[in-house]
Amino acid sequence: MDLTLYVWRQSGPGAKGRLEEIEARGITADMSFLEMLDVVNEGLIKTGREPIAFDHDCREGICGMCSQVINGVPHGPQEKTTVCQLHMRRFKDGDRIYIEPWRARAFPVIKDLIVDRSALDRIVQAGGYVSVHTGGVPDANAVLVPKADADTAMDAAECIGCGACVAACPNGSAMLFTAAKVAHLAALPQGRAEAARRVCMMTEAMLKEGFGSCSNHYECQAACPKGIKVKFIAKLNREFIKAQFSKKSE
Amino acid sequence: MILDGKCPSGPLPEMWDRHRKEMKLVNPANKRKYRIAVVGTGLAGASAAATLGELGYNVDAFFYQDSARRAHSIAAQGGINAAKNYPNDGDSVARLFHDTIKGGDFRAREANVYRLAMVSNSIIDQCVAQGVPFARDYAGYLDNRSFGGAQVSRTFYARGQTGQQLLIGAYSALSRQVKAGTVALHPRSEMLDLVIVNGEAKGITVRNMVNGRLECHTADAVCLCTGGYTNVFYLSTNAMGSNVTAAYRAYKKGAFFANPCYTQIHPTCIPVTGDHQSKLTLMSESLRNDGRVWVPRIKGDRRSPGEIPEDERDYYLERKYPAFGNLAPRDISSRAAKEVCDESRGVGPGGRGVYLDFADSINRLGIDKVRERYGNLFDMYEKIADENAYRQPMRIYPAPHYAMGGLWVDYNLQSNIPGLFVLGEANFSDHGANRLGASALMQGLADGYYIIPYTIAGYLAGTKPGVVGTGHPEFIRSVEECEGTIRKLLSINGKRTANEFHRELGGLMWEHVGMARSHEGLTSVLKRIPELRAEFWENVRVPGGEADLNQELEKAGRVADFLEFAELMARDALHREESCGGHFRVEYQMPDGEAKRDDEQFCYVAGWEFKGAGTAPELHKEPLKFDNVPLAVRSYK
Ligand SMILES: Cc1cc2nc3c(=O)[nH]c(=O)nc-3n(C[C@H](O)[C@H](O)[C@H](O)COP(=O)(O)OP(=O)(O)OC[C@H]3O[C@@H](n4cnc5c(N)ncnc54)[C@H](O)[C@@H]3O)c2cc1C
Ligand code: SF4
Ligand code: FES
Repeated sequence: MDLTLYVWRQSGPGAKGRLEEIEARGITADMSFLEMLDVVNEGLIKTGREPIAFDHDCREGICGMCSQVINGVPHGPQEKTTVCQLHMRRFKDGDRIYIEPWRARAFPVIKDLIVDRSALDRIVQAGGYVSVHTGGVPDANAVLVPKADADTAMDAAECIGCGACVAACPNGSAMLFTAAKVAHLAALPQGRAEAARRVCMMTEAMLKEGFGSCSNHYECQAACPKGIKVKFIAKLNREFIKAQFSKKSE
Repeated sequence: MILDGKCPSGPLPEMWDRHRKEMKLVNPANKRKYRIAVVGTGLAGASAAATLGELGYNVDAFFYQDSARRAHSIAAQGGINAAKNYPNDGDSVARLFHDTIKGGDFRAREANVYRLAMVSNSIIDQCVAQGVPFARDYAGYLDNRSFGGAQVSRTFYARGQTGQQLLIGAYSALSRQVKAGTVALHPRSEMLDLVIVNGEAKGITVRNMVNGRLECHTADAVCLCTGGYTNVFYLSTNAMGSNVTAAYRAYKKGAFFANPCYTQIHPTCIPVTGDHQSKLTLMSESLRNDGRVWVPRIKGDRRSPGEIPEDERDYYLERKYPAFGNLAPRDISSRAAKEVCDESRGVGPGGRGVYLDFADSINRLGIDKVRERYGNLFDMYEKIADENAYRQPMRIYPAPHYAMGGLWVDYNLQSNIPGLFVLGEANFSDHGANRLGASALMQGLADGYYIIPYTIAGYLAGTKPGVVGTGHPEFIRSVEECEGTIRKLLSINGKRTANEFHRELGGLMWEHVGMARSHEGLTSVLKRIPELRAEFWENVRVPGGEADLNQELEKAGRVADFLEFAELMARDALHREESCGGHFRVEYQMPDGEAKRDDEQFCYVAGWEFKGAGTAPELHKEPLKFDNVPLAVRSYK
């Protein structure tokens, strides 16, 4: 099939960007979306133009590196699917496809479709861990974890840190990402001891990084390739209130 | 030269404890004076950097992705082994050790493997304490499964995402140290060179991938944790950016490369569909626990799987290896798949595929149970292959997956260059000629959490910190060399892209240095690779500039190294005139087609030393001794 792409081109961090029209010819249904871009890039290089810069690595939907807004939707039209797992059988001959980077205040564009997501790392650095040293821990079966809790933790821990939730949110909030981490650790006995401190530190970091606040649009859940549920945001809010309460009573 | 693995003497179970007791320590107050460069933040690198940071060293962590959490360890699905023996099914440190030595086809060092088995249990404890959500049973205990040819259930797992969960655990520990100020992160940084001063590793040169600047980083010790090199085959299960560059450039600076020909071809991947294909996707081997592998009995049978009656199907693994059946080790299963496809009994496009059928399990366990176990894998399969594996069998085919070979290290994980340590898949040490399922994650974390923190102190205690600055002539020379290579690549302005060269190289390697290797094929490829390399340096086209984010330049640099490394791999494969594990030479096989080892002549680690461009590398041997597991023919019948 032949397609017309409108791709965001931006030469560098401060530069002005624009949508460029690029033809994609001879695309087959079994190509992944990124393989389609590979083919386009090979063509651009051969005709002396600069290839489109985009982030990707595992191409298995797990590393969270790929990040493109396709026709206005982060990760494109297929539910619970990252761009790298999206296949061209979702498109048809003659389609016009708009490809843009994640757009959010906290994610400045570096080049073309590549953005800087280090703000997400800094949210984790603020407290997204259990403060345990290597060594000196009890046997793995010493603390039992009810299966339901372990499953809840796992549901939340599936987050791949891609940032699609931020890109989808009208406020550019990182609430779903942060909530997933908070909920993952809060569900486990190993994470409970620091739960109050963690939720405060992470929320504070989130605001400091320039992410917007959550006003319950729930676009994040729709865009999330891992199906992270907004119920975790409610969980974060409960943890947060609990933490404020316990701070006051201290 | 005879290479010395520096293994402690005495009985295996006591070695590590005694060695730890005898090794020197760095005074706690002095630790912060030492700077350690850790390259890579996969399981090996992240666990090492976090733990060294906790101990108080100054750590710099480098990686090419935008976040440390995205290292390719994240893609591991199946699980991680440990000798916990929670299921009470007969496991022990001794058995895990024994299985690993045997699985590696007697080409690994006993002392290292024993230590690995010993620390395996601590890893699980540590990960649980970090909040890794391993699968549990209804009583709240950890669940185990049998995996990749093991006859005991020793594999811990987290819903088909074990790698991601373990890596997030290590990444959390790392993040905690970033906050504590002991670890500095260097994202989007590609190591291009190792800097050696007076024979010792004293730092690295990296390219800042955002602005293209070459940066020097001094260090009192360097840990390479840069993963495996199977992207030399172009198509593999590795991430697109996985490369040999860091290891290969260390090799060019004098580090020995050990057993480069030991590569693992994984039996259960989604088959190739066309030329546009950029990578191959693994379907976790855990699927073999409940799936049955078969092909039609008749050649060229084009019927759909459902139309082929039971007695016209060949469940060839069950037939040939009744004791292990569908769980036969990876090298054996992969070769068996190639064999049936070579006989024109393969299925799917191009006849390069075999069925992995879940119909029996669905009947026995019910569809819900199968969905619970493998749902995400079936979903992934459907996304890629557009087929529903609940209704029709999956099609799978082997794909390059893991590098057992890597930089040579001694018992301390130190290379032959003092101060250069190599961890995880990047080293050669624990898996011999074939790695067992679920043991790479174990090795990466063992190296990073439990081994390097001790052994690096043994080295640092004898060195003065901070003696070399970035103004040292060796750093200046290194930057000039890297700059030279980059400018050369950008100036060629030829007709073919780096990717085209890579694809062609991969095709050659898959054909001649893949699952079945022959004297003839290896000799021909050894002639062909230098020609392709020469063409690359005359005809590659790398657009863009050097002072910019330039993904084509990154790619070209990696392909240039693969083009040299491929030759080393083929040379190693040619020299090893035996078959063992993942290295199968068609000339050396048993009458029934099984690998035929030659312990008289080849029971050694091959460590290759770079002797300059255009000169043959020199082979050094580390003899392997088996005092605890008697050398035996590996049989899975
Ligand atoms: C699809 C898949 C599934 C797997 N499943 C399992 C499993 O179930 N169980 C199991 O035990 N094993 C499994 N393995 C194997 C296992 O995942 C790997 O061997 C292991 O994770 C490697 O870890 P590592 O830390 O050595 O390297 P990696 O995780 O590959 O990390 C490499 C690091 O080095 C950095 N790096 C690389 N080159 C450079 C450079 N030039 N400059 C700077 N940084 C660089 C990268 O940024 C990255 O941070 C699987 C492998 C694959 C590919
Ligand atoms: S919550 Fe979902 S969309 Fe947001 S970072 Fe995690 S995986 Fe990506
Ligand atoms: S490239 Fe890794 S998730 Fe898409």
